[in-house]
Amino acid sequence: MFQKRLFLPVAVLVAVMFADAPFMILAAPYESTMGLVQKIFYFHAPIGMVMFLSTFVCGISSIIYLVTRRRSADHVAIAAGELAAVLGVIVLVTGPLWARKAWGVWWSWEPRLTSSLVLWLIFVAYLLLRRYGGPGSDRLGAGVAIFGMANVPFVYWSVNVWRTLHPKTTVVPTLPPLMRGPFWFSVVAFLLLYILIVLIRAGLERRRDDLEALYLAAEDGVDHA
Amino acid sequence: MRFLRTAWLVTRKDLLIEARSKEILLTTLFFAVSCVLVFAFGFVREGRAVTDAAAGILWIAIAFSGTLALGRAFERERQSETLRALMMAPVARPALYVGKLVSVLILLALVEAVVLPLVALMFQAPLFDHLPYVLGLLTTGTIGFAAVGTLFAAMLVRARSRDVLLPILLYPITIPVIIAGVRGTAALLQPEIDLPMARAWLAMLAFFDIVFVTLALWTFEPVMTE
Repeated sequence: MFQKRLFLPVAVLVAVMFADAPFMILAAPYESTMGLVQKIFYFHAPIGMVMFLSTFVCGISSIIYLVTRRRSADHVAIAAGELAAVLGVIVLVTGPLWARKAWGVWWSWEPRLTSSLVLWLIFVAYLLLRRYGGPGSDRLGAGVAIFGMANVPFVYWSVNVWRTLHPKTTVVPTLPPLMRGPFWFSVVAFLLLYILIVLIRAGLERRRDDLEALYLAAEDGVDHA
Repeated sequence: MRFLRTAWLVTRKDLLIEARSKEILLTTLFFAVSCVLVFAFGFVREGRAVTDAAAGILWIAIAFSGTLALGRAFERERQSETLRALMMAPVARPALYVGKLVSVLILLALVEAVVLPLVALMFQAPLFDHLPYVLGLLTTGTIGFAAVGTLFAAMLVRARSRDVLLPILLYPITIPVIIAGVRGTAALLQPEIDLPMARAWLAMLAFFDIVFVTLALWTFEPVMTE
């Protein structure tokens, strides 16, 4: 229902928002110590947030799939799992780009970056299982996704404690009000884009399923004729 | 009662097979020892291991040999379709999981009983000074690792490329266990022993065990039924 009525308006809105975002980010004040480099935050942080959300979407739809065996839940799970991996790549590329300028090193085992890497590994493993696991890998994947989701608090806690054992002064910028506007604007834009892509990807998976069912039905028909 | 009895029967069956062939125990044990040696060449300088290396080597050896043992334990169930037979038995499915988990744990405990003194001896690590803590970390860490590993190895029995998928799935999920085990052990091996830190890691591992054993008991049935 959402796909038919609201898809196009939301798609147009997202397009407008992404066209407008650069101007808003340009108009936002420069951060005093980092200058231009700080602007990557409007891109990096929202994607990080959406990636985090995606891991939970994948985990929760996997629970629904295991309990109800509803195929549509599995379609959403694989869409969210793929997006978590793709968004993870963007986060893990933009993070070091910023770190190089701000801290002088590409990779500093900063807690948040490290836990993003672990989360990303989990979802790449999920995709590898779904791709190479053979028949029945949808249910196995659901099990892995649930474990991956349950693992999130443990990963965050352990990585944070591990890193604070070796304290390191880092510049943690707190957002001044004039930067907050464009930042949340970017978050909403990426969130809407995320929802659209999940719907398209889940739709593709549903059609694949339908096609498979049709093939099976056709083969049955031939057998009985 | 019936649940525990079923679990015990599965454990006993595994241990009996193992006692007769000793295949998994001996190969895993030798693999763990080779792991320790290989790492020693990387982390020993002028006769002494670099800081924290002993803790890292101990846990990596456990994780690597654990993966091997898990893979072999379920490969044995696959060869003559005995896992399917077990799943067809009119018993509680989670009891089968518990049975397999306990037999894997006993196997790993035997491996650790050799690896722990070996690491202490070769890297001059005072692992026996705070034995209750070290044993606590090893027990909770191994339970956490094996709880996830037993479920994954069981569900991969029917999957293609299962040999490579097991470590791929298992390591990212058990990273908190590895961090907690290594850091907790390292806190006990420092010149100034950090008992509160070791306790914090121990608590996290215990919590990890509770969450993941519960989850595995719940997911075992829906994931394993065809």
